[in-house]
Amino acid sequence: MAVQDGDMVVKARGLNHWFGEGEARKQALFDINLSLPRGSLTVLMGPSGSGKTTLLTLLGCLRTVQDGSVLLAGTELFDASEAKLTKLRQRLGFIFQSHNLHESLTALQNVMMGVQVHNGVPDDLAKRAGARALDLVGLSDRLHYLPGNLSGGQKQRVAVARALVGNPEMVLADEPTAALDKDSAADVVDLLKRLGAARNTTTLLVTHDNRILDRADSILTLEDGRIVSVSGG
Amino acid sequence: MRRLLQWIFGRIPIGWLQLTHKRGRFMAALAGVAFANVLVFVQLGIMNSMSTATLRPYEFFRADIMISASDANAMTEGGNVARQWMLQAFADPDITDGLGLFVGKAAWDRGERDITFTTFGIDPGRPEFLAPIITSEIGLLQVHDVAVVDRLARGLSPEEAAAIRPHTPLSFETQGRTLTALGTFAGGGGFGGDGYMLVSDQTFLSLFATRSSSAPDHILLHVRPGVDVADVVQRLRGLISDTTVRIRSYADAAQEELRYQQTQRPTGVIFGFGVLIGVLVGLVIVYQVLSADVADHMREYATFKAMGYGPQFFFGIVVEEALVLGILGFVPGLAFGTAILTFMAKVTTLPLAMTSSMAVMVFLGTVVFSIVSGAIATRRLTAADPADLF
Repeated sequence: MAVQDGDMVVKARGLNHWFGEGEARKQALFDINLSLPRGSLTVLMGPSGSGKTTLLTLLGCLRTVQDGSVLLAGTELFDASEAKLTKLRQRLGFIFQSHNLHESLTALQNVMMGVQVHNGVPDDLAKRAGARALDLVGLSDRLHYLPGNLSGGQKQRVAVARALVGNPEMVLADEPTAALDKDSAADVVDLLKRLGAARNTTTLLVTHDNRILDRADSILTLEDGRIVSVSGG
Repeated sequence: MRRLLQWIFGRIPIGWLQLTHKRGRFMAALAGVAFANVLVFVQLGIMNSMSTATLRPYEFFRADIMISASDANAMTEGGNVARQWMLQAFADPDITDGLGLFVGKAAWDRGERDITFTTFGIDPGRPEFLAPIITSEIGLLQVHDVAVVDRLARGLSPEEAAAIRPHTPLSFETQGRTLTALGTFAGGGGFGGDGYMLVSDQTFLSLFATRSSSAPDHILLHVRPGVDVADVVQRLRGLISDTTVRIRSYADAAQEELRYQQTQRPTGVIFGFGVLIGVLVGLVIVYQVLSADVADHMREYATFKAMGYGPQFFFGIVVEEALVLGILGFVPGLAFGTAILTFMAKVTTLPLAMTSSMAVMVFLGTVVFSIVSGAIATRRLTAADPADLF
């Protein structure tokens, strides 16, 4: 069945991006065109320096779109103000390679931060949502643990819960399995796929990890700032 | 504290959790803030004591107007004035009474350490010019070479002072004469002398042979009840022939001396700078703590930025931390400040004490300056770029 335009969470057309100006200008992305359907899990691959991270940060509203068009959930990102980008980021979930949990907050409090970014969410509601998200990632018995007392896999699962707890339009994950063993890596990706599908959340996952490619709905490969292949998972 | 902060900020008290996560550093930060508080308390205490000590001799007398020499910036400084100006003042229908007040310094030679008394010479037949704390003793001064001494004078032990009574007098040598102390009053040591002594004007003139009865240091005047003192002062300035003398209401004279002591005298300026330096030290300490904390958590802040938290959220965290440091640092600061001032008061006999107004002022100042430090520290947060997390 053909995917309709309205089912696309991200639609990029003619996207170019560069760093520096004048002679120091270095183009990182060239004429990127892509669409990410709602609820899909897309893996973004490519060698170092191919532009994966730049593309991720542009789609994640962490950089300003300089040239071309990016529609995120129907909102144009080209020339968007910092305030608008900040607001849009509240509709996204992020998972980082090194989990980036706040060391002085418990697992539950870290996850609650993913809910409380939406102003006016009462504390008890955030607490319930956080506990439920941690339950979904299998950490209901670690709610009040500080990150320092969790294993690498557990930390990354907390990060997954934090990214998903606010029901985001899209989750952007940067090498989420790089520091994990094979079983933990498979667990984390399975969680992302299962929870994403259940909540109709789109996932864009940057990775070099071939162990998880079979979980992807589609695989995009970037080389020298250009998409060189698009394939099904 | 945690619940209170959660209630105030309506979110997880991240600032509190961050600070208390590393307890050693938290304690060191609180000690720093407490130290700055102690510094300010001590300087303020000294400055307040100077005000109290400056105004203290004015509390011994009851007058509406004071006439002094042009260079008399303080009650115990400056030249004398001619008694005839008092007679001229009587020409004003609203002046009801007048008294010449003599002031000098007399050292009681006690061997190891002298006691320097700021000595006031007055007419003992005019109790209406004296405050109640002295009035009961003034009758004793009718006898020549009799003194009433300050029982709080620096160097005079409480036991020794308590023993001074009309039936157990204390004789001592000063200015080459033998005086007999028959009574005491509560004065207190100041910055210019160890304490105060009252004698009759006749005894004063015997002690200070170069002084003349026709030239007291100040002239104290009473006006008719209900009359506007400022109007009378204005009229006296036109009435008295010597236009160089200072004619002021008694209250204004006290306030002018206070201003002079605080802003013109080196000690006042030094104490003022002491308070300023205490405030700056506190500001720097709180800024350093907050700034280091922001730098330590830059990655977490960048993560929160990526998640969509805006500048107000980060400012809130730093303000929260500033409040915690300001409030919790104040408590030990107050305790140590009180202990130090009490100790200093005992050693120096200066009127050093912790007052509620000082405590409130320093508390509010600490909170405000902590927030200012926090606001400055948040500028470092602009360096937290979430794109760098990838």
